Amino acid sequence: MIPTSTLDSRAQAGKRSWRQLLGWAIALAVLAWAWQGAEMAPSLLIANAGNMATLAADFVPPTFGNLQHYIDQMLVTIQIAIWGTLLAVLFAIPFGLLSSDNLAPWWINQPVRRLMDACRAINELVFAMLFVVAVGLGPFAGTLALFVHTTGVLAKLFSEAVEATDAGPMEGVRVTGAGRLEEVIFGLIPQVLPLWISVSLYRFESNIRSATVLGMVGGGGIGVSLWETMRGFQYTETATIMLVIIVAVTLLDMASQRVRKRFI
Amino acid sequence: MTAIIRVERLDKSFGFHAALRQVDFAIEAGEMVTLIGPSGSGKSTLLRHLVGLTRADRHSHSRVEVLGRDVQRQGRLVGAGRDQRRRTGYIFQQFNLVGRLSVLTNVLIGRLGAMPRWRALIGRFIQHERDLALRALERVGIVGLAHQRANTLSGGQMQRVAIARALVQDAEVILADEPIASLDPRSAREVMEILQRINREDGRTVVVTLHQVEIARRYCRRAIALKQGRLYYDGPIEGLTDARLQALYENAGLDELAARPADTRIAPPLHAVG
Repeated sequence: MIPTSTLDSRAQAGKRSWRQLLGWAIALAVLAWAWQGAEMAPSLLIANAGNMATLAADFVPPTFGNLQHYIDQMLVTIQIAIWGTLLAVLFAIPFGLLSSDNLAPWWINQPVRRLMDACRAINELVFAMLFVVAVGLGPFAGTLALFVHTTGVLAKLFSEAVEATDAGPMEGVRVTGAGRLEEVIFGLIPQVLPLWISVSLYRFESNIRSATVLGMVGGGGIGVSLWETMRGFQYTETATIMLVIIVAVTLLDMASQRVRKRFI
Repeated sequence: MTAIIRVERLDKSFGFHAALRQVDFAIEAGEMVTLIGPSGSGKSTLLRHLVGLTRADRHSHSRVEVLGRDVQRQGRLVGAGRDQRRRTGYIFQQFNLVGRLSVLTNVLIGRLGAMPRWRALIGRFIQHERDLALRALERVGIVGLAHQRANTLSGGQMQRVAIARALVQDAEVILADEPIASLDPRSAREVMEILQRINREDGRTVVVTLHQVEIARRYCRRAIALKQGRLYYDGPIEGLTDARLQALYENAGLDELAARPADTRIAPPLHAVG
């Protein structure tokens, strides 16, 4: 006779493999569905390879006549990213704390989370178009767009860090008779600060990349030139701009990564 | 003689599990009392009620009074919770220091409740407060570590920091929840000796939960024993005879399994506390 426990485990194993199969089937179905929707057609890449080569040839050699202008524009782009990120960090701190379920009751953290979801769901470019209407064309509109979107992102990341903290140190501060704010400042912030700094710097890196396209919708920075040269078929100029972007983004990524490593 | 801690008909359940049932006792100023019992007997839960970290059952007739003022009544925190907590030092089994801050800052946290609000919020401590903190560290014998990060210390050293924090609070009552359970025997003895000195030299009331009877016998004159959430014994430590102890700890293994929720550290959400 076979002990029932063995039967059980066999039945369970059977169930598991059946479930696994179903999981794979669903995954494949989703992939096929998305392939259709995205109109994936790799053959086009081969069929149109000649066009691509012609276009690519138009990009070389890059012309460096306007290099100084592009570098200035890149600096504006970085300036947009600096203020967009800084404002976002400042606002994400209170919003992040208020959307943490170990600090705020549900009737506060749920509405705040939904507000942050909305900030996050709308792309920077869309916000930039809205702010262009409000404050006119230029870098300020781009800065505001980055600020709003990044606030949504950082508030979520900040609150996840807060929810992962140990309650002990906060209790330790509470029992001394300190107020609730002191409890957060002394018991909680020291625990989350390294992670907060690290994700803020990471967002700064990605905001520099995002800021390079804000100019396309009037948000200022190097995106303006990028858009104009592409629309004017001045591809050798476009190539120079791309090189400027690549160099700047790489340098800043490396610098920011170095700083980040110190805090982890 | 007036009671400095008074607990009346304290009831606390976690779900269907009754952690504390009709617990009654009073402690007078200057006493050094041990709360004793097997783990899961409810002693940590009881201690947490004294500072409002845990609230009794609603609609019970529970009442907790410390330093002549109500801490909670029928499961509701009442009165000046903050001021009350400032006058009560609390020491945790897991120390509950802020690991990334220096030892000195951890001790200075004990002054936050007594400082003007604006200085507390920006963490500006004046020289007098620093001196107090250094003196407290000197008293617990680790003034040399003042500028180290708290998370670089050993368990025994961390517990001394926690005691120093309670000292700068100038607390009239010191509550210590299993202060030596995570320590090696030597550190445990040293921590108990520091607590005893605070009781004898400063006349502070000390309540300490312990599960080792020998240690309780050496340092405390009075014992309050809990068994399965009920008051089992309250009187001079000598009265806790071997026979009584055996009864106290019998089935302790099973009790520990059944009563686990009573000892898990349950932090009330921040908004629930005054």
